[in-house]
Amino acid sequence: ALWTKSCTMLAAVIQRGPRLAARSAPAPLGTLVGRTRTMFTFETLPDEVSMVRDMSRQFAEAELYPAAGDIDAQHKFPEKIVKKLADLGLLGIVVPEENGGAGMSTMAYAVSLEEISRGCASTGVIMSANNSLYCAPVLKYATEEQKEEWLTPFAKGEKLGCFGLSEPGNGSDAGAASTTAVEDGPDHFFLNGTKAWITNAHEASAAIVFATTDKSKKHKGISAFLVPCDAPGFSLGAKEDKLGIRGSSTANLILDNVRVPRANLLGKPGEGFKIAMTTLDGGRIGIAAQALGIAQASLDVATKYAAERTAFGAPISSLYAIQLKLSKMACAIEGARLLNWRAAAMKDAGEDFTKEAAMAKLVASEAATMCAHQCIQVLGGMGYVTDMPAERFYRDARITEIYEGTSEVQHLVIAGKLLKEAAKADIPMPAAPKKLH
Amino acid sequence: FHSLSTRGSIIDMSGLRILVGVKRVIDYGVKVRVKPDKSGVVMDNVKMSINPFCEIAVEEAVRLKEAGVASEVLAVSIGPAKALDTIRHALAMGADRGIHIEHDSLGLAPLQVAKLFKAVCDKETPDMVILGKQAIDGDFNQTGQMLSALTGWPQATFASEVKVADGAAEVTREVDGGLETVGVKLPAVITTDLRLNEPRYATLPNIMKAKKKKVEKTTPADLGVDVAPRVEVIKVEEPPTRKAGITVGSVDELMDKLVNEAKVL
Repeated sequence: ALWTKSCTMLAAVIQRGPRLAARSAPAPLGTLVGRTRTMFTFETLPDEVSMVRDMSRQFAEAELYPAAGDIDAQHKFPEKIVKKLADLGLLGIVVPEENGGAGMSTMAYAVSLEEISRGCASTGVIMSANNSLYCAPVLKYATEEQKEEWLTPFAKGEKLGCFGLSEPGNGSDAGAASTTAVEDGPDHFFLNGTKAWITNAHEASAAIVFATTDKSKKHKGISAFLVPCDAPGFSLGAKEDKLGIRGSSTANLILDNVRVPRANLLGKPGEGFKIAMTTLDGGRIGIAAQALGIAQASLDVATKYAAERTAFGAPISSLYAIQLKLSKMACAIEGARLLNWRAAAMKDAGEDFTKEAAMAKLVASEAATMCAHQCIQVLGGMGYVTDMPAERFYRDARITEIYEGTSEVQHLVIAGKLLKEAAKADIPMPAAPKKLH
Repeated sequence: FHSLSTRGSIIDMSGLRILVGVKRVIDYGVKVRVKPDKSGVVMDNVKMSINPFCEIAVEEAVRLKEAGVASEVLAVSIGPAKALDTIRHALAMGADRGIHIEHDSLGLAPLQVAKLFKAVCDKETPDMVILGKQAIDGDFNQTGQMLSALTGWPQATFASEVKVADGAAEVTREVDGGLETVGVKLPAVITTDLRLNEPRYATLPNIMKAKKKKVEKTTPADLGVDVAPRVEVIKVEEPPTRKAGITVGSVDELMDKLVNEAKVL
C-alpha cells in the first residue's frame, strides 16, 4: 500500500512515431523532433500491464514472501514455484502466443519481474534468464522449425534455458571467446570449451552457446549454437557457492567434443557477437527490474520498521537521519523505475533502446545496493540477523551491479552512444559576453 | 428452464448459464480509517480489490464451466467507472462477458443491489446466480437472500460445497451448528463462504484474452430500477478500543459477573 501511495507521480513516456526520416536527420541534443510526449500516472498503465502487476504482486506476497528465506538459506532451487510461474505464463511473457508465450509487452515483463523479485530475487533471476537470455534471442533469430523445438516448450516453462556467453577467461571481454566450433563435415560442428557463471545451468534443458569458428576474425568469428544439455560431451561444473541469489544455480558448462548439427546454428555464422549484444540489451531491462524489486523490498522493510521501532521516546521514523535515508532510497528507486519503464516502452515501440537499457540497469543496480545497505542501517542490529530479510536483500543486491554487464561496461555503452549522438548533432554553444574593456 | 431462454443465440441445452456478482471493495489488507467528520471511511488513495467472497463466486462458476456443467459465466458489477477493473479481474479468471451497471454505489444498500440484480436476471435469464455471502465493506449478508425473495428462486447461502446435476444443486452450507446440506431446484441463488474454494491467479494468457471479452454498460435508469436510498448513514466511528480482561477465581464468580456486571445472562 505504501508503494502504491508513493508512486502517484508523473512519468513521461517518450513515444516516437514511425517517422524514421526525422530520426536520421541530425538534431540538437535534447529536443523532441518528431516525437510526441505522453504523460501518464502510475494509475494509467495500460490495463493488461496493471493486471499483470497486480497478479504478480499477489503471487509474490502469497507464495514468495513465506518461502524466500528458506530458498536462500537452503540454496534450494524453487521447483514448485517455478512450475507455478510457468502455469501463469510468466516464463515466456513477450513470446507470441503461437510460440507458447503470453504475447505481452516488455512493460508487462518489467513490472511483473519487479514484483516477483520483490518477493524473491532468486526466483526473479531464474525468470529473467529464461525470458530475456534464452527465449528472446531464440524468438528473434531462430527459424520457424527451430522455434518449434527450441522455443515453444521453453516459453511455456515446460523446460528452462540458459545463456552460455561468459567464460573463465572472459566476461566483459565477450569478443575474446575461446570456446571453439570446428566443422565436422558439412553438417556438424564440434564444440569445445568451458562457459562460466551460467544461471539455470543445473536445471536447463538447452543452452545457447557462443563459440568461435575463426579466432583471427575476433568477435566477427563468433557464432551462436543451440545445444541440448543432454548432448554427449556436455557436462556441468559444480554449483557456485554464492553470496546471494542462492536459489538460482550458477555453474560452468563444460563442452568436450560436443557434436552439434549445423541446423542448430542460431542466426547466421559470424552473427554470434551481435546476437549476444542485442540479447544483453533486453536482458538489462530484466535485471533492472530485478534490482528494483530488491530495492523496493528494502524500502518497504525499512519504512515499516522505522515506524514501529522506538528510540528516545518516539518511533525512529521521526528522526531526520532516518527520514533522509528513506527519502534517498525512494528517489533512487523512482528514478531507476522510470528509466526502466522508458527503456521498456522504447523496446516495445521498436526503437533503439541500447543506451536507455544500459542506463536503467546501471542506475537500478546501484539503487539496489544502496537501498539494501541503508535498510540494514535503519534496522540496526536486526538488519544483521536472518530474522529480518535485510541481510538477504544486501547479499542479493550485490550481483546486480556485476552480471549482464558490469556497471563499468554500462558506463562504456552509455558514453559510446552519447558520443556518437553528439558527433551527429550540432551542439550549440552559448556566446561569451562582450569584453568590457 | 434454461431451454426456454430467449436470447436468440444458439441455446446450449447442456450448459448452465451462471451470473456472478462482483464488488469492488477496499482491499482486505488495508487498515481502514474513519474520516474525521465521521461520515464514512477514508477512500482516497486506498487500495481497492475484488471482494474476496465475490472472487470465490467467480472461481466456483469458472470451475463449473471447466467441469462441463456450465456454458457461460456472466460477471456483473455495480459501481463507478473503476468497477470495470473488478469485472476485468473476473474475465481474466475465466468469466465470458460482463455487465457494468454504472452508479456511484456509495449510497447503495443491499435491497437496491438486489433489485438491480433482479432486473439483470429478468433480462439475462441465468440458471444460477452465485454471489459472495457478504461484501467486506458493508458486511450486510443480505443481498443474496433478498434477490432470492425478489425472484422467487430458492436460495442456498454460506456454501462450502456445490454439486450440480439434473437441473438442481446440492449445496453444503456452513451454519452455526455445523454443516447442512440442502437441495435447490435451478434457477437458484447461491452465496459463497470462505471455504468453498481457493481462487486462481489470473494467468497471462487469460489476462490477454480478457481484453477481447465484451463488457456491456448500463445504468439503474436503463434497468428501470429506483435506487434512491432508503437507509441514511448517520455516523461511522471506530469500534471502542478493547479493554483488558480480568481473571476470575471460580465459576461462581464468573456467573456472578456475567449476570450482574456484563448483564448478558
